[in-house]
Amino acid sequence: MRLWKLPDQVVRLGILFLIAATLLLIARRRFVPKSFGELGHYRAEAVVAAAEVPIHYAGAEACADCHGDIAEVKSKSYHRGLSCEVCHGPAAAHVESGGETKPVVPRERGACLYCHAYLPSRPTGFPQIIETAHNPMRPCMDCHNPHDPKPPHVPESCSACHGMIARTKAVSPHRTLGCETCHPADARHRQSPRAFLPQKPADRAFCGRCHDPGAASPKTIPRVDVATHGGRYLCWQCHYPHHPEAR
Amino acid sequence: MAEHFEKLASILSQVTGYIYPNEIEAHWGLLIVIYPYITGLVAGAFILASLEKVFRVKEVEPTYRLALLTALAFLIVAPLPLLAHLGHPERSFEIFLTPHLQSAMAMFGFVYAWYLMVVLLLEIWFEYRSDVAIWIRQERGPMKLVHWLFTLGSRNVSPEAVAFDRKAVRFITLIGIPSAFILHGYVGFIFGSVKANPWWSSVLIPIVFLFSAIVSGIALVLLLYYVTSLVRGKQPNMECLDKLAAFLLYSLILDLSLELLDFTHRLYESEESIHILSELIYSKLFISLTIVQLLLGTLGPMALLALVRGSKLPEELRRIVYVIAALLVQVGIFSTRWNVVIGGQLFSKSLRGLTVYKVELGGAEGVLVALAFLILPFLILYVLVKVLPPWEEARQPVAVGGAAEGG
Amino acid sequence: MEAPPDRREFLVELLKLPCSAALVSVLGPLADAESAATDPAEAAAHYYGMGIQVDKCIGCGRCVEACKSENDVLREPFYFRTWVERYVVHSDGKVTVDSPNGGIQGFTAPQDERDILRSFFVPKLCNHCDNPPCVQVCPVGATFKTKDGVVLVDADYCIGCRYCIQACPYGARYLDPRTKTADKCTFCYHRITKGLLPACVEVCPTQARIFGDLKALSSPLRRMMRMSSLQVLKPALNTEPKVFYSTLDKEVR
Repeated sequence: MRLWKLPDQVVRLGILFLIAATLLLIARRRFVPKSFGELGHYRAEAVVAAAEVPIHYAGAEACADCHGDIAEVKSKSYHRGLSCEVCHGPAAAHVESGGETKPVVPRERGACLYCHAYLPSRPTGFPQIIETAHNPMRPCMDCHNPHDPKPPHVPESCSACHGMIARTKAVSPHRTLGCETCHPADARHRQSPRAFLPQKPADRAFCGRCHDPGAASPKTIPRVDVATHGGRYLCWQCHYPHHPEAR
Repeated sequence: MAEHFEKLASILSQVTGYIYPNEIEAHWGLLIVIYPYITGLVAGAFILASLEKVFRVKEVEPTYRLALLTALAFLIVAPLPLLAHLGHPERSFEIFLTPHLQSAMAMFGFVYAWYLMVVLLLEIWFEYRSDVAIWIRQERGPMKLVHWLFTLGSRNVSPEAVAFDRKAVRFITLIGIPSAFILHGYVGFIFGSVKANPWWSSVLIPIVFLFSAIVSGIALVLLLYYVTSLVRGKQPNMECLDKLAAFLLYSLILDLSLELLDFTHRLYESEESIHILSELIYSKLFISLTIVQLLLGTLGPMALLALVRGSKLPEELRRIVYVIAALLVQVGIFSTRWNVVIGGQLFSKSLRGLTVYKVELGGAEGVLVALAFLILPFLILYVLVKVLPPWEEARQPVAVGGAAEGG
Repeated sequence: MEAPPDRREFLVELLKLPCSAALVSVLGPLADAESAATDPAEAAAHYYGMGIQVDKCIGCGRCVEACKSENDVLREPFYFRTWVERYVVHSDGKVTVDSPNGGIQGFTAPQDERDILRSFFVPKLCNHCDNPPCVQVCPVGATFKTKDGVVLVDADYCIGCRYCIQACPYGARYLDPRTKTADKCTFCYHRITKGLLPACVEVCPTQARIFGDLKALSSPLRRMMRMSSLQVLKPALNTEPKVFYSTLDKEVR
């Protein structure tokens, strides 16, 4: 058949095409999800679904309602920045069940070691212990109350929180120098480190007390003209004091 | 799932350097290597067919209809590896319902539909219509019904109708060439536009994909023409084979030039990814890239074809060389796809580590399934060739009238 | 004939009041009933981001643990919504990076620490980019950025093609083998829309992780943005991440 001077082939193909196009349009109407396109090129329902996932961690504020006494103690301790659930695990079920379901109470050493085992990559000043040397096999809770983890006595050595530096210095030429030789510190630094910072040397003359040619120090110590050596830089701007001339 | 975890655990133990924890799984595997290989063959076969219609290269005329049917057979299979790979193939229709137009992958739906229906099927329809209309007159039984359905009832074989058919074929081929470019080019763009992956991210990838597609398509049609001639006991037209081999050589040269350009450019700019990528090429990809893709798949066939070109070798020998070259090319182009897809996932985006890809024999992404997808098009082609014989003898003499040019 | 401009404007202004009053009286109760997530106006009032202070991270891995607990992520070492990396820069310039099981059990001491020049931990997660390449490539619209700036995955619509996983430059996405769909950090959307913190931020013992609303005038994140020099991961890719790092080392990718 011919239609409007169109060849027969075109007409038949045209009919086929129209049928296909209509089916596709009907399919689109039927199958595109209703909420699609409301907020963007996605199903708006998906946002609701994402917001309705069940909660497992109750959040720091939830605990104080019933455990106010512990919260009070903890808020003045070294662990005041910790949320309860970092040690006790997800507690939303515990809150919802009104105390029926109990959260985890970690008493084994491993629980504390996640944070406090010595690792050279941890920032300096963070209290760390060497697991095999520090009361091995004993539970941490024997001596440290987790909600107020003051150690039984004030740390004697700086290496308790500055382990990496201590170990570095221990194999260096400066190993016989005590930390306080260069960093006199208020005794309270061991208890409130950030409130009472140790001092640091301020001038070349300080290093000169050992390294100046005229200094009254053992002959084995390398000498250098403190007035001229190194131009306008202070000593520690080139030499790492905890392990000079290494690395 | 436990099996899956075991496999991942064993891969984890073979990681060198550092990879992001989530990168342990290579997400696009063998099936995604198969897909560009297949669409490459489609595009390549079609472009070869267009050489005859649009550029009037008379010598390859005997392969014209065969090339079209080959393209169709492979195009039908093309979406199957993708469907098999999806996490939710039953939701795949979403690409047609709500395509995200910013995504190159969303274009798959449109490009595939366009190419299949508007280009390939239409071209085959117009090309065969008048012959089928005449075959119907002598036939009985199921074949007659199938052919009748094919014609959509259009049985007019008057000179004007046939002339219109010929014009339509030329026109469709004309728009078919850029369509074929897009069909395979967008696959290249899917990789080339991923800025997160320095092995893929390149302006040249769509072009390189396209030219390697042309190479593989020509080689495939050459092989099919030769094999079908053998099977049917007919002599293949030597001029046709010579011409196909010539085009194969030209496209190999172009393809190699583009790949060398990409390589040189990367080395010269020496961006931060150069270290891990060099390590990748020298260790994980050494065999599949340098040996298989470059030597066996590109330089080898080029040398063979170039040597035969100038020489006066007897026909039988030339034919054998062409077949060997075409087979090597197929292996080489498959390796190219492998090196792009798998290669891009063997190094970490942290640029600090390498992982491994384990091919399985069985399973949804295994070698057996891949082989099935590669064999299936030939089975479909067999059926197509039975329903729409592309051979010279099947053509019906018809008068072409109206303002027609020769077809 | 049109009313002159000022009279027209006056009439429009006059009409606005009763119209909006009517609208509010109808929609008001509805708005209360919907959560912050579903009310687009409420959602648009927030724009979430995260801050990470690298020099505070102690590599304890509690965040990785909390995230997996809170979000029911598979425990196998192949699926992480967040993880911690350790970088060790040696004196000869070589850099070693590791993340054993994402850092979920913390880290063990390296064999030889004598040649360490510097070393630190870097928490990683989805950056909830402002120009997310993962959203760009999703073929069906199964991943998207919400009005409050969180990039989410619609697990009921995702077809599992894994293109988004390929497109993420940060390795933040994975395919959940249970649902066969893409999955990743959601900033604990179900928590933040109720005024809670994401689980990883909640448990961080040193406040190395900070969460905040970029539209809020006061928040810990705002302070960090004022007081610190900020970096983001892979800035050259222009993904515009909303996870801001301070003291991010040059070795970190």
